[in-house]
Amino acid sequence: MSKSVLVVEDEPNIIEAISFILSRDGWHVSSHSNGVDAVEVIRARAPDLVILDVMLPGRSGYDILRELRAGDGAGASLPVLMLTARGQTKDRALAEEIGASRFMSKPFSNAEVLEAVNALVAP
Amino acid sequence: MAERGRGGSLTGTRIRERRNLVGMRQAELARRAGISASYLNLIEHNRRRIGGKLLLSLAEALGVEPSALSEGAEAALLAQLRQAAADRPEAGADLERIEEFVGRFPGWAQLVAQQGQRLGALQQAVEALTDRLTHDPHLAASLHEVLSTVTAIHASAEILVAEKELEPEWRDRFNRNIREESARLAEGARRLVEELDEGETSEAAIASPQDQVEGFLSDHGFHFPALEGGAEDGAVEALLSAAAERLGSGAARLMARRVLDRYAREAAALPVSAVIEALPEGVVLDPAALGAHFGVDAGRMMRRLATLPADRLAEKGQAPLGLVACDASGTLTFRKPLDRFPLPRFGAACPLWPLFQALSRPMMPIAGKIRLAGRSEGVFVTHAIAQPVGAPVANRDPTFEAHMLIQPGRAEDPADLPRVGVTCRICPKADCRGRREPSIMAESGG
Repeated sequence: MSKSVLVVEDEPNIIEAISFILSRDGWHVSSHSNGVDAVEVIRARAPDLVILDVMLPGRSGYDILRELRAGDGAGASLPVLMLTARGQTKDRALAEEIGASRFMSKPFSNAEVLEAVNALVAP
Repeated sequence: MAERGRGGSLTGTRIRERRNLVGMRQAELARRAGISASYLNLIEHNRRRIGGKLLLSLAEALGVEPSALSEGAEAALLAQLRQAAADRPEAGADLERIEEFVGRFPGWAQLVAQQGQRLGALQQAVEALTDRLTHDPHLAASLHEVLSTVTAIHASAEILVAEKELEPEWRDRFNRNIREESARLAEGARRLVEELDEGETSEAAIASPQDQVEGFLSDHGFHFPALEGGAEDGAVEALLSAAAERLGSGAARLMARRVLDRYAREAAALPVSAVIEALPEGVVLDPAALGAHFGVDAGRMMRRLATLPADRLAEKGQAPLGLVACDASGTLTFRKPLDRFPLPRFGAACPLWPLFQALSRPMMPIAGKIRLAGRSEGVFVTHAIAQPVGAPVANRDPTFEAHMLIQPGRAEDPADLPRVGVTCRICPKADCRGRREPSIMAESGG
């Protein structure tokens, strides 16, 4: 059975590109585009990995990750690849501090995303 | 070390030039001044500083006013070089020999001074731009939009290039995505350029209402002669109408009206001439004492002092005054900066300012001196006080606001004064207990 990835991102064309390359690589891909209920959606779908954008409508990716890591459930150890348009050192440090498994700044290449995802969860 | 006259700059060069002009030999001038010819030679080559009695003797022997030997354009050059040395203490510039340096290498000295000034101007520009890029929400949102669009185009284009056998349906879809995102990118880039341009040409277009009000006040030098007799004959309305473009939003106009109404009330209670009359001559102003003299609270006195025009202040030997106010949350609600004490436009101010200390000690005037960390390390005298907003109401806790009046201090004040910054992002102070975020400015070594 293929591994699943949930893309939490509000740009539909980025979702489509990521979905395409990961699907071709054998992943089962679903997406969600709102930050407000993202934690509930992640817990309900229980993916093997989450790709999480930082700037989402309603709630920041940092806050979502904090809540995930604070719980006792699977979210505490769930691999999370964070995407952000800000690639500054302090943003990377903040992402690592609150428990991001990997950090990637936009624009990224498809190969980078594939490499990161496969490194975090063996398909 | 010899006493120095004011300026004291390149006096030796001037003595030599004057001596040659009057055709006097070095030995003759030395004799008349009561010094050896070899010592005069050192003086003329700017290797010995002179002043006081010897300067008077030489000036008398040469038939000129002492000031003709000790003052001049070189004073400005020396001041610039001293500033350059103070900005980069780690360079270890030999200040003891600064006059000799200027005397022997005037062209190089000019170059160093100009480079120092240029560096200072560039650093200020970097600080302002960084402050804006970090804290301007409009700009951050636009940049995010552009980067997200570029990401979508990049990812779609990569798929089209990498997938040689892509199904027509997918190929069409990614081509469409690229077309859509390209249009969005063009629009986003255009908007970004507009925002950056507006930052230079029309700040009101992207400024907050508070920025617009402060821009309006700054246009008038924070002083409104039309309101000095109180608000009469629609004077406030006239001012607001004339500034319709500057006060681009309804919120800005409302805020400006409140400021002007209060200005008029305070101007009527504290006429300019009476306030100027009461100011002490050339010494630090104490707004609490002045307020007591006029029977008004210190906050109101500070506001009134900050509206006094520079030329009237100068009558009493007083420099222009800065003022900053905040509400109980610490948010800056009023900013009148001084040249060397900039106030943050975006983001929060330095938590070490006496302004914020005052909030924890309501009704207690707090006076002191501070040194501003950064390029100039300028010294300032501050008076701060937190007072209730409005009249007291039974059984209701008051809400406080704080004011801080800023006066230029003397650079020669002790080095161990409390050091504060403008805002964390551009503050070089290391190991600060109040720091919120990392600084882009490194603390100078030395």
